[in-house]
Amino acid sequence: MSNRIVVPFGPQHPVLPEPIHLDLVLEDERVVEAIPTIGYVHRGLEKLVEKRDYKDYVLIAERICGICSFTHSVTYCNAIEHIMGVEVPPRAQFIRTIWMEYSRMHSHLLWLGLAADAMGFENLFMNAWRLREEILDDMEATTGGRVIQGTCKVGGIRRDIGDDKLGEMVDHLKKIRPLLEESNRIFTHDQTVRHRMRGLSVLSEKDAWDLGAVGPVARGSGCDMDVRSSGYSAYGELGFKPVTFSHGDCLDRCLVRSEEVLASVDLVERAVAKMPDGPIEEKVTGNPEGECFAFSEQPRGECLHYVRANGKKNIVRHRVRTPTFTNVPPLVKLLEGIELADVPVVVLTIDPCIGCCDR
Amino acid sequence: MSYITKSPWIIHYDGSSCNGCDIEVLACLTPLYDLERFGIVNTGNPKHADVFLVTGGINAQSEAVVKNTYEQMPDPKVVVAVGICACTGGVFRECYNIIGGVDKVIPVDVYVPGCAARPESIIDGVVRALGILEEKRAKMAEKGGK
Amino acid sequence: MIEQKHTIIEIEVADLLKKTEEYHKAGHRLVQIGTTPLGDRYEINYTFTTAWDFESLRITVHDGDELPSISGIYWGAFIYENEINDLFGIPVNGMNIDFKGHLIETRIPTPFKNPPKITKVPKGGDA
Ligand code: SF4
Repeated sequence: MSNRIVVPFGPQHPVLPEPIHLDLVLEDERVVEAIPTIGYVHRGLEKLVEKRDYKDYVLIAERICGICSFTHSVTYCNAIEHIMGVEVPPRAQFIRTIWMEYSRMHSHLLWLGLAADAMGFENLFMNAWRLREEILDDMEATTGGRVIQGTCKVGGIRRDIGDDKLGEMVDHLKKIRPLLEESNRIFTHDQTVRHRMRGLSVLSEKDAWDLGAVGPVARGSGCDMDVRSSGYSAYGELGFKPVTFSHGDCLDRCLVRSEEVLASVDLVERAVAKMPDGPIEEKVTGNPEGECFAFSEQPRGECLHYVRANGKKNIVRHRVRTPTFTNVPPLVKLLEGIELADVPVVVLTIDPCIGCCDR
Repeated sequence: MSYITKSPWIIHYDGSSCNGCDIEVLACLTPLYDLERFGIVNTGNPKHADVFLVTGGINAQSEAVVKNTYEQMPDPKVVVAVGICACTGGVFRECYNIIGGVDKVIPVDVYVPGCAARPESIIDGVVRALGILEEKRAKMAEKGGK
Repeated sequence: MIEQKHTIIEIEVADLLKKTEEYHKAGHRLVQIGTTPLGDRYEINYTFTTAWDFESLRITVHDGDELPSISGIYWGAFIYENEINDLFGIPVNGMNIDFKGHLIETRIPTPFKNPPKITKVPKGGDA
């Protein structure tokens, strides 16, 4: 029998922006088993429903994660609105959708940068983050916040975007579109990227489905699984088509994200073109009573907010099942059989968001 | 020993943040804000670091890691708490798993407010920390330290 | 606006494995396992889907009950089952990867356990 050693990886590790711990069982340089430990940033925020009323809690829901922040608040609001039978005005739905797509763009660009960094491709890293700043500029101009927006509320949104500004946003996106295409071209064709990622830790379509993979991990393996196709918020009216790739390797998981950035640009453009007029919020009175499972597609995949309320100001239970949490079992399978030096890249390809995962 | 103030190395640890402040810390290092122009380098090794950036409140699991990292850093050293969570616990202060701000476990020199803390204020915080670092160094030299 | 359909089917704990097996055979994926503490009992939802019509099996358990693990059927279920064990203190028997309460470390053991009260906190904080 060859030598087996256990290498601890994390929580404080230079390649990990966030704390996750993996015990890697190695046979020579190969990983034979990986056991994750999470919970380094567990705060227990689901318990805060007992202390905050359901409207204030939107702000806490937003802070589950600072990257998918806006999508978390929208999903939570969707659940409450569904329970209370509140009809959110169309303009609010469209603007929510635009902000959700902006979060997706900034999240994916952030990820593409980190992936480049994990490969040692510093230039591409900086480039992706520079483009991300352009997206954040518009985000900040319209919501007032770069990563935490605080503009979603039960019944609608807190701020409108003027029609001039919408036009400017589209112009801005038109300007950065060629830059995004250029960076995508690097991910698709560059030798370094292909060499590091093509054929690395393949997840077959069947495994992805069975293990419950969601988001770009599942779509990189060919599963056509994107909650946006179910048409929540304004997606139903925008003619959304999911991006899928079929190899199931690290490169395809990466390409799903880089293509999705462009798909988001399209969605924003279409949303602006179809933007309805009207109010941006519906007055909400009373307390919710009932239960609801609300699903949404976050940058990292399908997310579920379960809300249970009993007619009081404080809801009884808020349960969040975040995409990273579900993607942990696929990650464990993905790590089996790869070399130690590839571990950082493979861990990154599921886009671990530990803030979400641990809550 | 002007190398410390001219080229301080920072280390970052995520206590239990929501990532909001984390990515803003990272954003400081990228082209638009570019902390590196001040000679600042982000390191992963506490023994190389002069400035310790902590984001997020301290929870049951990160308590030991934060203490440990702090102790491994050589003197003089400064701690910057980035974001309201790191200052006081922020919106999560009432969560069962949160002990509180970073100052509950290690001494903090600079508090950077904001949720999320903006890159500009983070840079400001780091630059102030450098002033404090210099003072600490001068005091050490007075006492006849290294 | 929510466009997804969701059906909830109440079942007995004893039927759980059989039903889960049926879903697995029919090609459903496991979406989640989520627990709701309700003062004197817990509701546990096992959600499955093939597309955007979700179905949840709902079982009701009480303090002191134990659950069978479905990780033999859905390999990835261990993550949810460990969560149930760590946060709610409901033991799950036969998990393929058992973290023995160390998946999520908390300052107070099983914080979501019924009845929901947190009176003593070790130190610091004002929870
Ligand atoms: S201060 Fe705000 S953005 Fe920063 S970690 Fe805390 S909740 Fe997140």
